[in-house]
Amino acid sequence: MSTGNSIRKALWDENPGLVQLLGLCPLLAVTSTFVNGLGLGIATIVVLTCSNMLVSATRRWLRAEIRIPIYVLIIASLVTCIELLFKAYFPALDRSLGIFIPLIVTNCAIVARAETFASKNRVIPSVIDGIGMGAGFALLLCAIGAFRELLGHGTILSRLDMLFGGDPIGGLVILDNPFLLAILPPGAFFSLALAVAAKKVIDRRRQRAAGFRLSI
Amino acid sequence: MSENKKSILSAGLILAVIAAICTSLVALTFSVTKARIVANEQAWLEQSLKPALAGVQYDNNLAESVMTISLPHELPGNEPVLVYRALFENEPVAALFVVTALDGFSGPIRLLVGIDRGGIVTATRVLRHRETPGLGDFIDSSKSDWIDQFERKSLSSPDVLHWSLRRDGGQFDQVTGASITSRAVVKAIKETLIYFEANRDSIFEAQ
Repeated sequence: MSTGNSIRKALWDENPGLVQLLGLCPLLAVTSTFVNGLGLGIATIVVLTCSNMLVSATRRWLRAEIRIPIYVLIIASLVTCIELLFKAYFPALDRSLGIFIPLIVTNCAIVARAETFASKNRVIPSVIDGIGMGAGFALLLCAIGAFRELLGHGTILSRLDMLFGGDPIGGLVILDNPFLLAILPPGAFFSLALAVAAKKVIDRRRQRAAGFRLSI
Repeated sequence: MSENKKSILSAGLILAVIAAICTSLVALTFSVTKARIVANEQAWLEQSLKPALAGVQYDNNLAESVMTISLPHELPGNEPVLVYRALFENEPVAALFVVTALDGFSGPIRLLVGIDRGGIVTATRVLRHRETPGLGDFIDSSKSDWIDQFERKSLSSPDVLHWSLRRDGGQFDQVTGASITSRAVVKAIKETLIYFEANRDSIFEAQ
């Protein structure tokens, strides 16, 4: 499989959030703002890439009966390291994401990639797969975060300082009377549903454009 | 040795080696980030305590002058309460109570109540809450200035009977649609002031 092809697959055709619907717990919980989505997205990319790399590098010793404990060990240590690094370098973002940084351990997208891809492929394709799948998840987090923030807080790109440092940034205020529901839990479900539906519509249009007809 | 035993042993060995590598990775990251994390936490504590000491001149490190009031106590909340004392030239000038209002709309509200020597509120801040965004989060000083109305108030102004929301016959503004949240905060501050009046000496004298 070519690199371009596998990235395309990870970002769109098999997007872990949109298509496989994996990792919904962090996806629904932290996406109340764009910066939260971006922060968790970056953390997930790093963990997924490193765990794919390590699992792939150790795959010749991965015997069927001990592979799950090894995945757990690798992923849990990586997440602990990421958590420590966030606490040291992005303390504000760490407070804002709270428990969802350590909970990356339980993001099933990561174990899924270790099991279905990294344990069967060489290191470089596994790293590319990790970056691609991580980016697919992160893009969805950012998109839903931006959408909910715009509707629910009425702002765009607020508090980017949590990631990049500097003085607190209020962001661009777009709406004066924000639609509160968007940042409450139901808003997360609605936004995800809209995103999944939008992807289906786009795919169907493309198929039609390509002259593909469903036989009835 | 049987085939089976060999396979179990080698599986155990592989697990042990990988566990050792992973643990050293975590230990390494921990030792690299430790100093920065401690410094960040100190800065965060200082930064969150400071606003509640508006207008108070102090020269000590608040984190070093802290006492714990253990259960049972008459302060709001059902856990031990931390009290930070602000000193100026070794004389106590104010106390900061970290109390918890349990009767918020959704979950406990953690409050920081600063009280000066004379029993006057220097300022109050909400440290943590889970009130509904956009409805009950006005208690957060970054969302509205509602919490500022308690500044310079004490048990004699307004008097104890009027230490409540306007709709309850008191002096403080409530926010329409979120009176449970407002009431919980007012009540917690009042109880803290009452406790302070009764225990002022033990709070300031204990070292």
